[in-house]
Amino acid sequence: MTVAEETPNLDTRTLTHLERLEAEAIHIMREVVAEAENPVMLYSVGKDSSVMLHIAQKAFYPAKPPFPLLHIDTTWNFRALYAFRAEMIDEVGMQLIVHINEEAVAEGINPFTHGSALYTDVMNTVALKQALDKHGFDAAFGGGRRDEEKSRAKERVFSFRTAQHRWDPKNQRPELWKLYNARKKKGESIRAFPLSNWTEIDIWQYIWLHNVPIVPLYFAATQPVVERDGMLIMVDDERMPLNPGEQPMMKQVRFRTMGCYPLTGAVESDATTLPDIFREILLATASERQGRVIDYDDGGASMERKKQEGYY
Amino acid sequence: MASVTEMELAASVEEYLRQHEHKSLLRFITCGSVDDGKSTLIGRMLYDSKLLFEDQLAAVTKDSRKWGTQGDEIDLALLVDGLAAEREQGITIDVAYRFFATEQRKFIVADTPGHEQYTRNMVTGASTADAAVILVDARNGVLTQTRRHSYLVSLLGIRHVALAVNKMDAVEYSQARFDEIVEDYAEFAKKIGIEEFTAIPISALKGDNVVAPSPHMDWYHGPTLIGYLETVELDDTRMQQAPFRLPVQWVNRPTSTFRGFAGMVVSGTIRPGDRIRVQPSGRESTVARIVTYDGELGEAVAGQSVTLTLEDEIDISRGAVISGADAPAQIADQFEAKVVWMADEPLMPGRSYLAKIGTNLVGAQVTDIKYQVNVNTLEHTAAKKLELNGIAFCNVSFDRPVPFDPYVENRDTGSFILIDRMNNNTVGAGMLDFALRRSQNIHHQHHDIDKAARAAVKGQKPCVLWFTGLSGSGKSTVANLVEKKLHAMGHHTYLLDGDNVRHGLNRDLGFTEEDRVENIRRVAEVAKLMVDAGLIVLTAFISPYRAERQMARALFDEGEFIEVFMDTPLEIAEQRDPKGLYKKARRGELKNFTGIDAPYERPEAAELSIDTKTQTPEAGADSIMAAIRHMSII
Repeated sequence: MTVAEETPNLDTRTLTHLERLEAEAIHIMREVVAEAENPVMLYSVGKDSSVMLHIAQKAFYPAKPPFPLLHIDTTWNFRALYAFRAEMIDEVGMQLIVHINEEAVAEGINPFTHGSALYTDVMNTVALKQALDKHGFDAAFGGGRRDEEKSRAKERVFSFRTAQHRWDPKNQRPELWKLYNARKKKGESIRAFPLSNWTEIDIWQYIWLHNVPIVPLYFAATQPVVERDGMLIMVDDERMPLNPGEQPMMKQVRFRTMGCYPLTGAVESDATTLPDIFREILLATASERQGRVIDYDDGGASMERKKQEGYY
Repeated sequence: MASVTEMELAASVEEYLRQHEHKSLLRFITCGSVDDGKSTLIGRMLYDSKLLFEDQLAAVTKDSRKWGTQGDEIDLALLVDGLAAEREQGITIDVAYRFFATEQRKFIVADTPGHEQYTRNMVTGASTADAAVILVDARNGVLTQTRRHSYLVSLLGIRHVALAVNKMDAVEYSQARFDEIVEDYAEFAKKIGIEEFTAIPISALKGDNVVAPSPHMDWYHGPTLIGYLETVELDDTRMQQAPFRLPVQWVNRPTSTFRGFAGMVVSGTIRPGDRIRVQPSGRESTVARIVTYDGELGEAVAGQSVTLTLEDEIDISRGAVISGADAPAQIADQFEAKVVWMADEPLMPGRSYLAKIGTNLVGAQVTDIKYQVNVNTLEHTAAKKLELNGIAFCNVSFDRPVPFDPYVENRDTGSFILIDRMNNNTVGAGMLDFALRRSQNIHHQHHDIDKAARAAVKGQKPCVLWFTGLSGSGKSTVANLVEKKLHAMGHHTYLLDGDNVRHGLNRDLGFTEEDRVENIRRVAEVAKLMVDAGLIVLTAFISPYRAERQMARALFDEGEFIEVFMDTPLEIAEQRDPKGLYKKARRGELKNFTGIDAPYERPEAAELSIDTKTQTPEAGADSIMAAIRHMSII
């Protein structure tokens, strides 16, 4: 940020929308850290998480962010994601807690035989609650954005969860000015969303402007995929059962979101650089959540129901 | 999202990105009544700025057939109505935020409901908005709701107002109708302090003058609504020229040598070498460095989150405000303020709340409601309490002095929220007008003889035993026994109860909820003076509300306030009925009687709990004596 030096001192310096969004995110992170007893940052390793982690470095610089990172690991993430996670943790030097719902793994819960609804509930929602309870975290940063999905548009920046982790959309605290009310009773917790006011374009633009590292799968590469229910699913490891007669095809694809590989649809693409991705997004006809199987579970109200139950 | 053509893109994506890096950000709210077409307008802005994806459109088309009101056409309103329950009711019931961008700006829209009972949502949306779009249905003109929304916009200090006269297609795009509405509105706007507004005739349904100029209204030469929003002046200039303020959020101490103060510059400009004053302590120093992850800055302006280091070692913690030394903030603990109430349970003067102002969290009371404003008629009316969605001019008292600026000068250092101490909800929003001089004139006289000295003479540890419970639970009886025992041991005591307070100090108070709150406030203050005098004080009042008992507790030092809960089931208290009050209440001769037609809120964490069903008064008194001996009070 050397812009200040380039700007004549007496003129008004109009902050850009990205500068404002970043300043707001920093403000939110500092409020949470100042008021919560035991905060944690949820780190899904996706692009939003990457931006959130980058801003966390800025918010507390020269100190390290005073909280650990938490990855809810379904064990079905892309291999490239695990590799990237290791690199990032090394680079930022923060503590990473990886939580897996071990009972569910022992029961053999997987995305193929149990359906995406049950699987997501057990491996994400239940696992998240387990981890928060186990470590006694009273505030968790999430990378959720209001533009992602309709029910999120009304979510507060500081979103309250009961001791049972439930969200009550009818009974949210009003949020005025920059005054976030972080008061809560024992057992209750806050989900804080520093990127609430960002859009997908803002995220990409920020990644481009600040060279924020992201999982390479966001860029197009030749991958083995199969087509299922109109989605291209990558055959990332040997655990993926193939239907009779199904043959992985090699295609040039990229991913618009990160998730469990059996549930995350790829798009055919030639975008191997950020400007290429922009070109694609600016002309896109499908919004980013479309590549996610879980949003279709029960019509449009799926995410709202999941959120009430404690999913992000 | 094809707001740029493929050809332009092909030219240079990088160039496009560079251009778009320099977009500014405008936050605005839309306000209108249920049928003014607000959701349709927002849907139209998203739709026309090509920010909808195909799958979202497909979903809306599907929804339109199920819930829509536009026949086979796409119902744009469904794009913005979020939660499932709301979709079924067909009204928006909370604040939702929407995003779109044009070549010039990114916009954040607070979509706030026009429904009668949701003033609180509009105030919430307006608190962060730079501009407001007030929607009027051209067929109906300026309605009561329009006036209410405009008053709230003015109250929240929004300086840029567009009057969007919607549904022009339904009045045959009539200029005469438009002019009539604008004239009508102008007269009202002036009265409430909206000096300027821009009136735009639109049809959200058909798209006239929203993004593209209308082919149906040759007589209109002003901007389209988006054109207006793209060019309306931002608050940046005004806020950068205002005095410097940085409320300290967090003290950054990664090593023993680095000590930085992290916060957002909410107004003004700061450079290394500038003199600053830390408030409220008043210590002055000089800014050494402006530290950020991207390198040190030569200057930081309003809106940036930074970390400052100072030349001198000054003790600063969260809650302090770093101000320009030449124009510091005012400091006060008593204010006149406008308060908007946002909770079902009404605001009670005298009740103790928490207030968050900037990064400060303080104890707060509304000491007096001067008058309430009827948002529909703007009439002032007297009020003893403030109900949900009520707006009032109040005197507000904080439990310690805080730095502030009047809200009209600075929305960040002049605003506060009120928080319920029991359930932690945000129950009110306040805007500070000015400090009441009282707090500067009443200095605390410093006395040489203090509480400890007075207590030492008596050889006792002063405290208050706060008895609470239903009428007939035995508060006075047991308190009397305890006092006798203490007296026999040579302790100096005083028992405050209804008889010696209601006939004198509180003879002006009745039994309504407001009066009960005030009754307990006075008793607590008297008890505090007596504890200060070195006495062991016993109080025997029903004190039915947790909030008041909490307020009383907050007046005392740690360990001085001992809550004694006389735990008696209602049936038993009613059987005892020593003064015949329950019978009277049951016959309807006594109103607001606790347990019958007024609530008793059981203590959640009383120091002592006496089960009067199984224990005699004598045994209860003995167990209290044992307990306070255990607490080393005696």
